Amino acid sequence: MTVSTNVQDVQRSLSFTEVGPAARGSRPDEVVVAISPGFGELFTKTIVDIPLAEVIRQVLAGIEEQEVSARVIRVHNTSDLAAMSHTAARLSGSGIGIGILSRGTSMIHQRDLPRLSSLELFPQCPLLTLETYRNIGSNAAQYAKGESPQPVPTLNDQMARPRWQAKAALLHLKETELVRKDAKPVEVTPKFAAAPVR
Amino acid sequence: MTAVAGNPTTSTANVRHSARTEVLEARPVNLDGFVEEWPEVGMVAMDSPFDPQPSVRVENGLIVEMDGVERANFDFIDQFIADKAIDVATTEASMAIPADEIARMLVDPGVTRQDVIAVTKGLTPAKLLAVAKNLNIVEIMMGMQKMRARRTPANQAHCTSARDNPLQVACEAAEATLRGFAEVETTLGVVRYAPLVALAQAIGSQAGSAGPQTQCALEEATELDLGMRGITGYAETISVYGTEPVFVDGDDTPWSKSFLAAAYASRGIKMRFTSGTGSEVQMGNAQGKSMLYLEIRCILVTKGAGVQGLQNGSISCIGVPGAVPGGIRAVAAENLICAAVDLECASGNDQSFSHSPMRRTARLMPQMMPGTDFVCSGYSATPNYDNMFAGSNLDSDDFDDFNTIQRDLQIDGGLRHVKESDILAARTRAAKALQAVFKYLDLPPITDQEIDTAVYANGSQDLIPRNVLEDLKGAQQVMDRNVTGLDLVKALESTGFSDLAERMLASLRQRVSGDLLQTSAILTDGVPRSAINDANDYAGPGTGYRPSGARWEEMKRLRHVTSASNPEVEVE
Repeated sequence: MTVSTNVQDVQRSLSFTEVGPAARGSRPDEVVVAISPGFGELFTKTIVDIPLAEVIRQVLAGIEEQEVSARVIRVHNTSDLAAMSHTAARLSGSGIGIGILSRGTSMIHQRDLPRLSSLELFPQCPLLTLETYRNIGSNAAQYAKGESPQPVPTLNDQMARPRWQAKAALLHLKETELVRKDAKPVEVTPKFAAAPVR
Repeated sequence: MTAVAGNPTTSTANVRHSARTEVLEARPVNLDGFVEEWPEVGMVAMDSPFDPQPSVRVENGLIVEMDGVERANFDFIDQFIADKAIDVATTEASMAIPADEIARMLVDPGVTRQDVIAVTKGLTPAKLLAVAKNLNIVEIMMGMQKMRARRTPANQAHCTSARDNPLQVACEAAEATLRGFAEVETTLGVVRYAPLVALAQAIGSQAGSAGPQTQCALEEATELDLGMRGITGYAETISVYGTEPVFVDGDDTPWSKSFLAAAYASRGIKMRFTSGTGSEVQMGNAQGKSMLYLEIRCILVTKGAGVQGLQNGSISCIGVPGAVPGGIRAVAAENLICAAVDLECASGNDQSFSHSPMRRTARLMPQMMPGTDFVCSGYSATPNYDNMFAGSNLDSDDFDDFNTIQRDLQIDGGLRHVKESDILAARTRAAKALQAVFKYLDLPPITDQEIDTAVYANGSQDLIPRNVLEDLKGAQQVMDRNVTGLDLVKALESTGFSDLAERMLASLRQRVSGDLLQTSAILTDGVPRSAINDANDYAGPGTGYRPSGARWEEMKRLRHVTSASNPEVEVE
């Protein structure tokens, strides 16, 4: 499967169909991807306007290109990235999970690690590109196969703070408003539809 | 610069824009982020309708109500402040004074600093907020001029390396202290490098001047260990927060932080806490309170812990108050309140704040104009690309601008222009001393060629790369062999750097005398200077600290000044 990392080719809309309560997987060759409460619902794009449809497509493509299967779950009870990612890892048959917040911040986690630890953290969401998301998927799949991939290279930009820190706080607050403390994670299937270019 | 161009929300393809709009759109200020206020979640600088109203009630020597909350409903921050920070004996009398009257006391030069402190020590967080809300930015600066604890302002530098190169850090520390910084601070990209880099900074700092103190920002246990060994001289990265959930997220309480503070004090090591507006809303747990109200709670937690001072002024969350209306006024107010409750204030200006040079300067003025204990709690002594604290509001590119502003306005930001030959000499001395100490301690060698490159470098991009794996082994050895500050003194003395050895020993002796534990203490030219022996005595025009005499003559020097006696040459 080839998925282009160019956003411009076609605009897609994203929706998620609920499959049912997220259960623990038994396949040792799967990665579970946890999306945040507002992902693809209240929010349609990351902090730097990358469509979330493309983000999820790239992550899934990255997993698939390693011939590992993927499941997507939506977490409702937290907007904390470490908690989300750890939930994904604990439900994953391989013990490897990915968490993605609506603003784009992401993490690869493993079941046996402490919650506040992680395999790879991508904290500067304004600097993440579709290629990064592709690599995140691919690396997670390699961990699931028991490999030790090189960590995904990331950019660092000291001027990200003045530009994005307050907006990131705002997006976090909006997402946190959607949290329902007692709601269990739900397995979902992403649906992509080509949409007219706005 | 950010990787993304243009402002996505305003660039619409089909609208015709004027050439003026295009020019303005391209200005750096439009790369900064700004957001609308949202008081319900605390996205507001200093005026939330959900901030509590001031109140206090004392029964049997105990505060039983504070800011509208009964003691039974106190969270642990309320309880700590009520029991440890507020003076129970005077609180009811202080709280009875109207907020605008206390605000006027802060500004009025006829009211002494001690008179103000006699009142502020009895004020609750909501009352201090009410006082601050009466003050505009000029009045805040007036207040800071009087309330700063130490008479002579000072400054602090960040000395870091994007490659964690110890040789670079030694050279930068030497140049920084020669330029006037009273404290220098480092941190790491690769944490395991810390012992070598902290050691290099300690040696380098004494090559520029006698006495400047150093610290290495790390997780708390390692930071304390390096301090106890005498490889660093002070600590400041001990964070406190204004809401209970944020405190708990960091696995801490006001009591655990106080315990850590006591550990430093037990070894005679200077330390201050860190806090700042915006951290709670950034972490999604501001409980609808304004950023300044929550920061005032942090200031009083610091006071209650018995710690001598605080690094505040938003610090690493500056993008949050910087994005809302009145945010930079609130940041200046938090510095003032810190000083007004008799704490040392290391006043921020230490994180990348804006793409706009005008805005960067404007953000600096409320601290630089009145003077604070440390105008910057981290002026980057390197180019910002080497700044491992994620960039500062000012960096080494700004040295000449900063010195010129001091000279233009006759205000003392703690720095001076130094001619290049003196800088090169100090950098060389630091590098050679480090080379000798590494050899003496059997650490990975530093070559003469590395030294030559580092002395003349602007940043880590100019350097010869170190063998990182060997250096990391060396760093581990420093820890395993239990190398202390005294070992560094011995190494310097044995390798012909007696002057540096004496300076470092004099600095270590302060652990015993305890003079650096006093509020706002610095060690300059080997002499401790604090709120005890250099107390701020500002009492209106013609009084207090004003650059004069030798210091003013020093401040007149810049890189290029035309000679009056011979206009064909420049003053050396």
